[in-house]
Amino acid sequence: MPTMTPSTTEIRITPTADDHRVARHAAAAIVLTVAEAAIPLPLPGVKPGLANIVILVVLARWGWREAAWVALLRVFVGSVVLGQFLAPGFFLSLAGSLASLAVLGAAMHLPRRWFGPVSHSVLAAFAHIGGQLLVARLWLVPHDGVFYLVPVFALAATLFGLVNGLVAARLLEAEGVKPTP
Amino acid sequence: MTKRVALRSWLAAWAVHLRVGDGLVLAAALAFCVASALSLWQGGRPDKAIIKAGGKVFAEVDLAAPRMLDVPGPLGITRIEIQPGRARVAADPGPRQYCVRQGWLVSAGAVAICAPNQVSLALSGRHADYDSLNY
Repeated sequence: MPTMTPSTTEIRITPTADDHRVARHAAAAIVLTVAEAAIPLPLPGVKPGLANIVILVVLARWGWREAAWVALLRVFVGSVVLGQFLAPGFFLSLAGSLASLAVLGAAMHLPRRWFGPVSHSVLAAFAHIGGQLLVARLWLVPHDGVFYLVPVFALAATLFGLVNGLVAARLLEAEGVKPTP
Repeated sequence: MTKRVALRSWLAAWAVHLRVGDGLVLAAALAFCVASALSLWQGGRPDKAIIKAGGKVFAEVDLAAPRMLDVPGPLGITRIEIQPGRARVAADPGPRQYCVRQGWLVSAGAVAICAPNQVSLALSGRHADYDSLNY
């Protein structure tokens, strides 16, 4: 009806190119999260964290803000898809993600000549276990016994941090982002 | 032979992405793993031996250096041997020699009691393996 004046309460959301990109990357991260949940793991808490490859690539190409969007969308949507939303695992995941985003925000300013995606990945993985352990200690298992497994988590963070960082570096190279600017 | 070359070039293709700082970060991460394992997984290691005679503390000995202690009791002398990280009752005048036959005590919280001579040897550490022991 052309004569009708446009409603002032109608909210019109026009997704920008940025939104589409965030959605695409978040979708990739969520797929990796769900696929990873199918891998049987010997110890709760030890996971490859394949979705972090996507976050590392987004961080290097599009910056911290967009990486944070992708990471948090992954945590929320991933937990909804897996039926873990608001379960203890969700809060551990959220704490780990927030901690690693904070560390990535600092680590991305390290000189690029010497510190690449592998450094970012390993540091973020350590921040992830740090954030998780902090929430676990304060809330879920209020006993110092949770720290007994720190060496195992640290070794997993080193190993998976290295592998994820290398994969991210290779993807960035394939996308045409030079290893040394 | 060609397999080995292929493996090496495969590894080299990945290693291209490692920068100097990455190596430092990885080294620090591995150092953290080793340090945390060493500090967190040695709870049962004793650092002190507490020797009691007649219910009173006779001596508290560091388990760093080897030495022998002679503890007097109502039946005679109980001889206690200390070595780095472990301790035992080497000789006791008691009739059944239970505390001697217990051999070396190696974990925090372990106790050897020579009841007839009223001498006991206990190891203590930062984290004991047992909260308490009852007989």
